[in-house]
Amino acid sequence: MSFKPVILWTDALVYLLVAGLFVFAWYVWRNEHLLVPWRRVAHSASGMSALTVLVFFISVGMLDTMHFRPAIENGGGGMGETAYSVEVLSLLDLVAAPLRTRVEKTYSAPFAAHLYAKETVELPDGGQVREFPRLKYGGAHLQDPETERMADVIRRSAAGAAMGLVIWGFAIVSLGILLGRGDGKGWRCALSAVFCGSTAVPWRAICITLALMLLFSGAALALCGYYHIFGTDKVGQDVFYQSLKGVRTGLVIGTLTTLMMLPFALLLGITAGYFRGWADDIIQYLYTTLSSIPGVLLIAAAVLMMQVYMETHPELFDTIAARADLRLLFLCLILGVTSWTGLCRLLRGEALKLREMEYIQAAHAFGVSHWRIITRHILPNVMHIVLISTVMDFSGLVLAEAVLSYVGVGVDPSMISFGTMINAARLEMAREPMVWWALLAAFTFMFALVLSANLFADAVQSAFDPRIRILSIKTGALRRKKSGGEPARTYSETP
Amino acid sequence: MSTILQINNLETVLHTPAGPVWAVDGITLEISKGETFVLIGESGCGKSMTALSVMRLLPEVGEIVGGSVRLGGVDLLLQPEIAMRTIRGKRISMIFQEPMLSLNPVMTVAAQIGEVLKRHFNLGVAATQKRILEILNQVGIPDAARRMEEYPFQFSGGMKQRMMIAMALAGEPELLIADEPTTALDVTIQAQVLDLLRTLQQRDGMAILLITHDLGVAAEMAHKVAVMYAGEIVETANRAQFFQNPVHPYSRKLFASLPGKARRRQGLPLAVIRGNVPPLSSEFTGCRFAKRCDQAWGLCHDAAPGWVEVSAGHKVRCHLFSESAKLEAPAGWLEKGATDAPQESSTKSRLLSPNHLIHEACLLSVSALKVYFPIRKGLMKRVTGYVKAVDGVSLAIYRGKTLALVGESGCGKTTVGKGILQLIPPSAGSVQYKGIELVRLERDRLRKMRAEFQLIFQDPYSSLNPRMRIVDIIEEGMNALAAGQKEDVGIAGDGPAMAEMTKAARVDALLESVGLPPEAKWRYPHEFSGGQRQRIAIARALAVNPKLIICDEPTSALDVSVQAQILNLLKNLQNRLGLAYLFITHNISVVEYVADEVAVMYLGRIVERGSVDDILENARHPYTQALLSAVPVVEPESRRHVMPLHGDLPSPANPPRGCHFHPRCPHVMQVCRESYPGISIFNSTHTTRCYLYPQDASASGEAQAEVQAQA
Repeated sequence: MSFKPVILWTDALVYLLVAGLFVFAWYVWRNEHLLVPWRRVAHSASGMSALTVLVFFISVGMLDTMHFRPAIENGGGGMGETAYSVEVLSLLDLVAAPLRTRVEKTYSAPFAAHLYAKETVELPDGGQVREFPRLKYGGAHLQDPETERMADVIRRSAAGAAMGLVIWGFAIVSLGILLGRGDGKGWRCALSAVFCGSTAVPWRAICITLALMLLFSGAALALCGYYHIFGTDKVGQDVFYQSLKGVRTGLVIGTLTTLMMLPFALLLGITAGYFRGWADDIIQYLYTTLSSIPGVLLIAAAVLMMQVYMETHPELFDTIAARADLRLLFLCLILGVTSWTGLCRLLRGEALKLREMEYIQAAHAFGVSHWRIITRHILPNVMHIVLISTVMDFSGLVLAEAVLSYVGVGVDPSMISFGTMINAARLEMAREPMVWWALLAAFTFMFALVLSANLFADAVQSAFDPRIRILSIKTGALRRKKSGGEPARTYSETP
Repeated sequence: MSTILQINNLETVLHTPAGPVWAVDGITLEISKGETFVLIGESGCGKSMTALSVMRLLPEVGEIVGGSVRLGGVDLLLQPEIAMRTIRGKRISMIFQEPMLSLNPVMTVAAQIGEVLKRHFNLGVAATQKRILEILNQVGIPDAARRMEEYPFQFSGGMKQRMMIAMALAGEPELLIADEPTTALDVTIQAQVLDLLRTLQQRDGMAILLITHDLGVAAEMAHKVAVMYAGEIVETANRAQFFQNPVHPYSRKLFASLPGKARRRQGLPLAVIRGNVPPLSSEFTGCRFAKRCDQAWGLCHDAAPGWVEVSAGHKVRCHLFSESAKLEAPAGWLEKGATDAPQESSTKSRLLSPNHLIHEACLLSVSALKVYFPIRKGLMKRVTGYVKAVDGVSLAIYRGKTLALVGESGCGKTTVGKGILQLIPPSAGSVQYKGIELVRLERDRLRKMRAEFQLIFQDPYSSLNPRMRIVDIIEEGMNALAAGQKEDVGIAGDGPAMAEMTKAARVDALLESVGLPPEAKWRYPHEFSGGQRQRIAIARALAVNPKLIICDEPTSALDVSVQAQILNLLKNLQNRLGLAYLFITHNISVVEYVADEVAVMYLGRIVERGSVDDILENARHPYTQALLSAVPVVEPESRRHVMPLHGDLPSPANPPRGCHFHPRCPHVMQVCRESYPGISIFNSTHTTRCYLYPQDASASGEAQAEVQAQA
């Protein structure tokens, strides 16, 4: 075996989360009434386009979650145990090995063939010249970067984009075949329906988003082997690679934090609302107190304590990655502990309302136990709130991570995240000429991730929130009226 | 009399995602000055949409697609929106059903009325204040000068509805549209509000368009009546014609489905109208009522009937009365329609209350039940007082009998029900079921007992969990109480066989016994109508084979025709299974139909109880008399004398000294103000607590002691 799988703490939780999602999806699939709002999500064009983008991010994140330690050549020959590298790699690292390993000396601009800083270069004849030296890897294949670079970039990106289009074509045809089989009509028919936009699920919007994503990623993949498309950072690491690595950190923070806070919010919120009395008083005091402590202060204190503990007990971690990972998990935990109050308050209010509902009274009259009432009657009736607030919280948490890392109480400095990227880039903003690409890359990726998460959250909210549903019906009717063209008002003047 | 409002062929469409709904489909009517025009119909018939179309206040999805609405010769539908603003509130005003929701809680009453005045009249500050005071005095707000600066929450429901009327009247409108103005109010308050509307109309001569589903209210108020069904008017007449001789089969059915004593005496089940109001999104060929009509024949399904004038001013839309159709109609149909006598002799014999059940053991006896809710104040939540929701109620329910508990809202009826079921822990007193004391019984033993007594709620929409299938809802009780193994009277009367049945079969049998198909169990509550949901709630209660069912206003959220179905079902079940009911209601006509015994409750205490005949024919307590006289009656010839009852129910946190009723009592004496009256006994069942009647010495001594003990 040439590698040894490693399951870090966050990996395990992510796997658990994914398994949980599958179980939930299966459960929803079996229950018609649960499926209905999800159908409405599936019918929203912006939501589904956002989901397409999210799927890209999630697949990058999942690739980056499968960790292993590669075997290393052992000096002793095959007799001893295989030794494994202390470096923990992920599948993404493996795929992006060229990006990871081709490290320049220091900063270089996107698509540059030269370093960003002048160096004294010794000429073969013994003289010294200060110039921008050529990069070791970026644009190394070019003879004369000044003249050839532009044409080369265009050629390669066009080829990559074309490759993306071909893949897209395959995807579309297989979609057509799948849809056609469902209807029993044949794939051409199904595809024409897709492109007229007459399908219930907005396949056209999904296809367009997919086309754009494939075009960009095709071009990026074709180029990144020859250039540093987002440049390199201070120690010469490829920024594109860093951005890809940052995706997982963001996703983990966004999802695991919610996972951490849900038990608190659900248990305490429903308990407070359902039992009232002293339980309610205690829980209310608890969350009022907690939410009046400044969050950053609490997080900073907890993270610093954790840091000290880790530094005094280095023997607990066999790799740096394990240490960084535990710190990430701890950050999720502390973020979860400080952010459950909002949802808890919502759930308490809802449970207060529900406990007076007559079906709960009827259940009492049957002598149904409190636990059963909570799980069978109250929990299913508050799930929509949980779902909406979870999805809405996600983007906020991704941003919170960036802010905390910037302040210096976020993830481990050895772990790549959008926050650490921004933190590293901030000093260089004052430099002349400015180093802008690290910030731009982090901004672009984070913007795309948060925007798509927000759009998806919007779609989920409007599908689950009954009040918003009414509004959308109304706007739908308005749209219909407008598209009808002629005003149908025919007030007659007859007697 | 000059015509004020003239609606011609009005058509209103609601654009819903499921397709257009023709809420109002070509209605034509005319209202003259000083006239009350009543629009009657079940819910979902388009009554409210008609009113909103006249005001042009339709919801966003609504659209008026045809017809005209003329107010004094001007077509409102052609007016620009800005002109409508000078018409709304000035020439047409509207009162809504729910007074709690139609007043802004953060504005004082004076400010809300002042808003109307400011819009329509150019008055100075002082003049505005004077006018507000004047209007409030008109609608009978006591101490108006002080109360006009108060906020809506400081007023009771009846007072709020008066405020609404005051606001509506502020612009001195020519036409007042009242959309179910008294549906949310108690009968005594309803009588006050209706009386107020009548007085104001006589004084100002305004026209009223009254929308209601209550035939009694219509009979009280109407000059002209129009019956609306599925978006169109099917019968119009003046009051006398309509109430003496309704001709459309739908109108007749509405009358026949009214519960009442007469029906009970004859042992007749209430007439029911099959099915529901058809969805207005469907295409109608033929008569809209044909599917539910007993007298429909081929023509009814094929051609929509036109207007036929039965007598002067009495028009109906039915083929039974058109000249051409008469020839085609199968012989004898008209006669059948005219007599409308149910041919169900078999049901009759069953429904005649079986006397052999009367003298059986007392199933449930409640004595001196008290439920107090503490009022807590301050930081430490010190108890500063009690809301005495139930203050010493004693009653007994016999096997297979129905006891009706009657009273205004807020008098503690529901709390009695919940106190008996131990859903709210009683503060004192005892509840004995078959001799077993339920108060402070351990939770486990109580759970085992729970199968014996069940509960049916008022609102069928909130009493079923929307996220559970019908089968899960019904099985919940069975699972919780493991009722399957109980050897008891079965649903179909064959007890032992029932016990053998599997759970699934039991669910089917239960659904069948409440008149629903077994397939219904795989569906969710939102797929059913209100009446069907109430049936499901009944099936759920029956699932555990109870002996006693506490029905908390089970029909007050339902239409008359659906109410009839549910009452028939409850009676039927009582006869088959020997159930006892505690029927909590404020609807006297329902009481007349279902009850064996009646207890009248006022402010947490029972003021009078007796058999249904004693109470309804020979009420002794002034409150009972007032309550009964306030009920609107349909029979036009019996012009009852309404005993006016002033004011509202006092707060149970601070009940009046002495007899609780004395502040509102017309016969109040000095002694009433000082101490609570003892029991007066008229016969073995009929008792009351009032100083107008000689006090029973032995019993009253006891009662006095009890009152002393409380104080």
